[in-house]
This record gives sequence, structure tokens and C-alpha cells, in this order.
Amino acid sequence: MIRFIARRLLSLALTLLIASVIIFLALEVVPGDPASVMLGVNAQADTVAALKEELGLNVAKPVRYLNWVTGMLTGDFGISYTYRTPVRDMIADRMVISFPLALYALLLSTLIAFPAGIIAATKRGAVADLSVMGTTQLGIAIPNFWFAMILVSLFAIKLQWFSAGGFPGWEAGFGAGIKALTLPAIALALPQASILARVMRSSLLDTLGEDFIRTARAKGLTARQALWHHALRNALIPVLTIIGLQFSFLLAGAIIVENVFYLPGLGRLIFQGITQRDLIVVESVVMLLVFAVVMVTFLVDIAYAAVDPRLRRRM
Amino acid sequence: MRSKRNLIIGAFLCTVFLAAACVSFLWTPYDVTQLNIANKFKPPGYPHMLGTDHFGRDIFSMLMVGARTSIAVALVAVSIGILFGVPLGLFAAANRNTLIDEIIMRGNDLVFAFPALLIAIMITAVFGPGALNAIIAIGIFNIPVFARLSRAAALSLWERDFILSARVSGKSGFRISVEHILPNLLNLLLVQGTIQFSLGVLAEAGLSFVGLGAQPPIPSWGRMLAESQTFFSFASHVVIFPGLAIVLTVLGLNLLGDGLRDYFDPRLRQNMPQKKNQSSVV
Repeated sequence: MIRFIARRLLSLALTLLIASVIIFLALEVVPGDPASVMLGVNAQADTVAALKEELGLNVAKPVRYLNWVTGMLTGDFGISYTYRTPVRDMIADRMVISFPLALYALLLSTLIAFPAGIIAATKRGAVADLSVMGTTQLGIAIPNFWFAMILVSLFAIKLQWFSAGGFPGWEAGFGAGIKALTLPAIALALPQASILARVMRSSLLDTLGEDFIRTARAKGLTARQALWHHALRNALIPVLTIIGLQFSFLLAGAIIVENVFYLPGLGRLIFQGITQRDLIVVESVVMLLVFAVVMVTFLVDIAYAAVDPRLRRRM
Repeated sequence: MRSKRNLIIGAFLCTVFLAAACVSFLWTPYDVTQLNIANKFKPPGYPHMLGTDHFGRDIFSMLMVGARTSIAVALVAVSIGILFGVPLGLFAAANRNTLIDEIIMRGNDLVFAFPALLIAIMITAVFGPGALNAIIAIGIFNIPVFARLSRAAALSLWERDFILSARVSGKSGFRISVEHILPNLLNLLLVQGTIQFSLGVLAEAGLSFVGLGAQPPIPSWGRMLAESQTFFSFASHVVIFPGLAIVLTVLGLNLLGDGLRDYFDPRLRQNMPQKKNQSSVV
């Protein structure tokens, strides 16, 4: 197990290293240097030079790369070109919205998908199954930003249960924060719940067809007991992978939904960064999201290997 | 029975969507570039079947032209995925358990660490927004999907007897891959291609919605939604119809994909391993 974790850690570090090089190279080919962009066309040459000095732009690219990476390792993400504030603080301000939003959506998606998938699998072919399959087929096809707009018009404008957008801040109280994130979380959760319910159903159907379920029934367990004590645990393995993948997709997918609800999360930060040519912000947020994806995958792998020793050898 | 139904409904929806795109080159009920502010926000009915938008443009005509954008972006993106992904997967399978296989597969993992939306954002940050960059972003994301799929399928084929006899007769790994493995993958690729196509349509809509996709004046369903967002409360048709167009198209493609899978291989009916690659760009 320790060797397994060590190998996975090594590959994790390597992935992050290569990803950071790609992100840096991709964004460094952008023409024009940020200092001239910030100061405009009429800027004096020595002003530009001074700003470049201040932003650490006048060193060779490999050095800048090293500064960026070592900075991130110590929690220093550099200074925003546009706002002159530490990128770390900007990201921290946005994280407290994007991260809970992704978690909230994931929770909703799981709460919907588990019962739906289990009912569909146990009542295979019945009305319940067909309606779950039909609804999820539709759920996968609905773009979440469109669903978000419909939710806003229904629950915010017509019924006025929720506000149409914006975020009051966690200072306004936990309840108020959660309330502001509810519609976005539902919009994000819908397609994910549809996918998850289908995975849950098919995985459970596979498991229910296994010999050990027949054995369990043969030794006298009822169908319900066999389901809860034996089938469900085994069916959860593929479901967990999908949940892991979904968390990272939710973090990234939130970028679009945040726009519908005017939530000042990481997504809005990235767009601001692009429109204002604030590349250091874009680089850092992209790197952070990639880190989240890779980290979640790693944790899921480890969780698996801990549960199922057979998987340790395969990787 | 159920699978046939999927196939028929899916094929029908896809045909409608394709036909709308094709016909739009020759004819649309109204000119989509013609602005007529006096005619804005006309509700659905006569003479505008689906009403008009905030510039007085006919929504039905815009949807027809928008279908072109969706098809073009998704089709090219899926083609990129197949053109690069399949050879990579076949090559990795032919050289299984070697360093090169390992490198290709780890490379795939690396691309998967970048959700498609992030790739699109980076490309946009560098080259600016546009349909072409949306295509590249979705295309890059498709490469590892097809590489993994074709490697996994090819690996099991390599164990089969008919491949062994081809090897005995002295064929090279390259020839076996092209002459024997690839033809056996076509069904699988068609099914996955359909599913990736639907994801491509969703992705294009999402990117256009946030302004990273097709730029004006090229009509696009996602941008129609973005532009109409503020008018939803008093002219709901400007939001409902572009959204429905996306839903029906994606639904049609998914049903077609499921139907094709059942048609090619009824055994695969209840497990859907392909779905694991479902990205959500949106």
C-alpha cells in the first residue's frame, strides 16, 4: 500500500509539473507585455521599465517560471497586474464561493441520484425505472446555464423565493449564503445527478447479477437484505469514481453558471483576468483548478486501493 | 423494442436538426442579418412562428442558421478527436506495456486534468474568442477520449485468435492495426462519436454563452441565450426556444448513440462504460 501511494504521488507530482509548464508556456506566448498594456500607449519608457521591475517581468522566462512555481508552493501567487493586490487574496475571496457551491451541488446530485438509481435498478423495466431513465436522458441533454435561467425566472422572479443573483457574503450569515447558492447548485446538480443516477443503476444491475448475490439469496436473505448488505457496497465503486470526477467538473462547470447568477466566484475571476489581460490571475486560477482535478483523482484512487486491494496492482 | 425506439426517435431528431442547417444555406423564412427594431419581441404566432428577438430578428430563422454553427463546431471537434485519438490508441495498444504506451496513456491523463472549459479559456486568453478556438478546445479534449477507447478495445482484440494468425503470417503491428483492428472498432467509434458530438453541441453552446465561442454576426444558440438573458421576464420565448433547440438536438444525438450501441451489440445494453468519459463543459 505504501509503495502504491508513493508511486501515485510521484505521478501526481509529475503531472502537476508538466501541467504548470504547459500553462506557463501557453499563456506566455501572448503578444505584448502586461506592463505596457497596463500603462497604455502613451506611457514613458522608464515608467514601463519601472513597472516591469516591480512586477518581476524583466527577468528571463525560465526564471519567471521558477518564481511562479516556487511562489505558488509557498502560497505566494504573485501580484495582480490590474489590481496590484496579491493574487492569493483574490483567489481566497472567490474560493469561499466556488468551493462550497461545488460541494453543495455534489451533495444535491448524490442525494437525488442514489435513490433514483437504486429504485430504477430494483424495479427494472417497471414504470419507476422507465421514468427515471427518461428523466435522466432529458437531464443530460439540458444545458445547465439554460436550466439556471429558467430557475431564476421561476423561483426568483415569479415566486420570489430566492434572489436572482449576487452573493451577500458569508458575513451575512450561513443561512443567507446557502440561500444564495441554492439555485446555482440545483442548476449545476441536474445534469450531474442524471449521469450519476444512470451509473448507479447500471452498476447496481451488474452487481445484482453476480453469483454472490444469488448465494446471499440462497442462504435465506430477502431481496432487500441482499441489496443493502451485499449489492450496494459493491456497486458503489464505479459510482465513487464518477463522484470524484464530478467534483472537479463542478468546480470548472461553475464558471458558466456563476455568470448566470452574477456570483463573484473563481469563474468570474478568470473572465475578468482574460478581459483585463491579467495573465498572472488566469495562470494561477487555471493551475489551481488543475490541481483540484488531479488531487481529487488521486484521492479517489487511494480510497479505492484501500477498499479493494486488487486495484493496487493494476495501476 | 425499446432500443429500436431510441434509434428511431434519435435519428428523427438528428435529421430535423441537420435538415434545418442544410436548408438554411439556401433559404430561411427571414433574413437573420436584417435588424428591425420596430418589430422586436413579437410573440410566437403569425407571421413569426417562434417570435422575434430584441432586434426584431426572426427566431426560427436564427435557430436554423445557429444549427450550422453547432454542427460545424461539434463535427470538426469530434473529427479532431478521432483523427488524433484513434491512431494514438492503436499505436499504444500495438506497443502495449512498453514505455511508449505508458507515455501516451499518462499524456491522456494529463489532458483529462484540464476540463474542456479550461482549455477553451486558455486558448481564448491567448488567441482571443472565436468559433475556431472553440473547435480546437473541444477537439483537444476529445483526443484522450478516443485514444483511451480505441486502446482498450484494441487491447482485447489483440488477444483474439484471428490477430494471432495475422501475426503468424508475418504482418507487422502497423498492418494488423490498420487492416484488422481498426475495422473492428468502427461500430464503437460511431457510437462514441455520436455521444461526443452531443457533448460538443453542449460545449459549443456553453462557450458561446459566456462569449468564448462564435462571435457576432455568426448566429449561435448559446449566444442567443446569453443575449436574451435580461429579457426573460417579459419575453420568455426568446429564452425558451434556443434552449429547446439545444435540448432536442443533444437528446436526439444521445438517443441515436444509445440506439446504435444496442443495434450493434445488444449485450452492451445495460452497461454504459462510455458514459464515464462524460465531461461537463457546461
